[in-house]
Amino acid sequence: MADSTATAPAFYVTGEHHPENGTLLGFWLYLMSDCLVFACLFAAYGVLGRNYAGGPTGAELFDLKLVALNTSLLLLSSITYGFAVLEMQRKRVVPTQAWLLITGLLGAGFVGIELTEFAHLIHEGAGPQRSAFLSSFFALVGTHGLHVTFGILWLLVLMVQVGRFGLMAANRRRLMCLSMFWHFLDVVWIGVFTFVYLMGVLP
Amino acid sequence: MSADAAHHAEHGHHDDHDEQHGLHATFGGYAIGFVLAVILTAIPFWIVMSKAIESSGFTIVVILAFAAVQIVVHMVYFLHMTPKAEGGWSMMALAFTIILVVITLSGSLWVMFHLKSNMMPVTAEQMRKAP
Repeated sequence: MADSTATAPAFYVTGEHHPENGTLLGFWLYLMSDCLVFACLFAAYGVLGRNYAGGPTGAELFDLKLVALNTSLLLLSSITYGFAVLEMQRKRVVPTQAWLLITGLLGAGFVGIELTEFAHLIHEGAGPQRSAFLSSFFALVGTHGLHVTFGILWLLVLMVQVGRFGLMAANRRRLMCLSMFWHFLDVVWIGVFTFVYLMGVLP
Repeated sequence: MSADAAHHAEHGHHDDHDEQHGLHATFGGYAIGFVLAVILTAIPFWIVMSKAIESSGFTIVVILAFAAVQIVVHMVYFLHMTPKAEGGWSMMALAFTIILVVITLSGSLWVMFHLKSNMMPVTAEQMRKAP
């Protein structure tokens, strides 16, 4: 018996501990690849961000008070999503749904303000075709805004799922994936408001 | 064979266990993260909006430092990033991504720093016809 176990081929190392939850790790890998998309857009903005082609500069266009409001909305939506996760852990459906709804509304406020800002810029003739600076600005900030928009859609779908099927294991896993997505977008926004808006208004 | 089945059963149980109790989210963690994030956001906005620092270069260094610290705060308190998460593979992927991001950003900025002087010279005739 001892002899057969000694010669039997070992297909895995008994001491090794493989990842517990494949889905969350896989979603993390997706987020890392998304991070590279944003890195390229940041690099493009870094290279082109001061090429105004005689057009308006960031200092003339950016309204930092609006950006501060937007930043606080996104930050608040991060903590309210955290509260939704805490309620999810306690298996309480109604409070979870309530915090998710608040998170979605804050996200919608963020996207709304951003679209207002974009409409204002385009109306002033500072659209993406005006200069390399504005092209890279709209590409970077617009991609982030699109991510938030799809995050809100995903959140609505999950609210329907939780409403119909409750906080079953699959829905809890999905909520954790969206949690990572949502907090990740807040991390990207730190880069956007620092690199684009705050540095853009400096002389 | 029976040992194999027992092993699988044990692992199945383990997966279930982790799914239910593997999350480390606590109210305290989110509260600390939120307070730190608010402070780390408010200070750079205040520095830029009140023009607290004369030199643009120094302002950039300071606000980039605040951004870096805030990203770490979000990673730890909101994304629950720990060296042991997912058996260390999350951290491994993150480290690899950071290396690629640094290469992409610093490489692009470095290579394209002399963008204007590297452009083909433009004649006055071409300049007049420019759109």
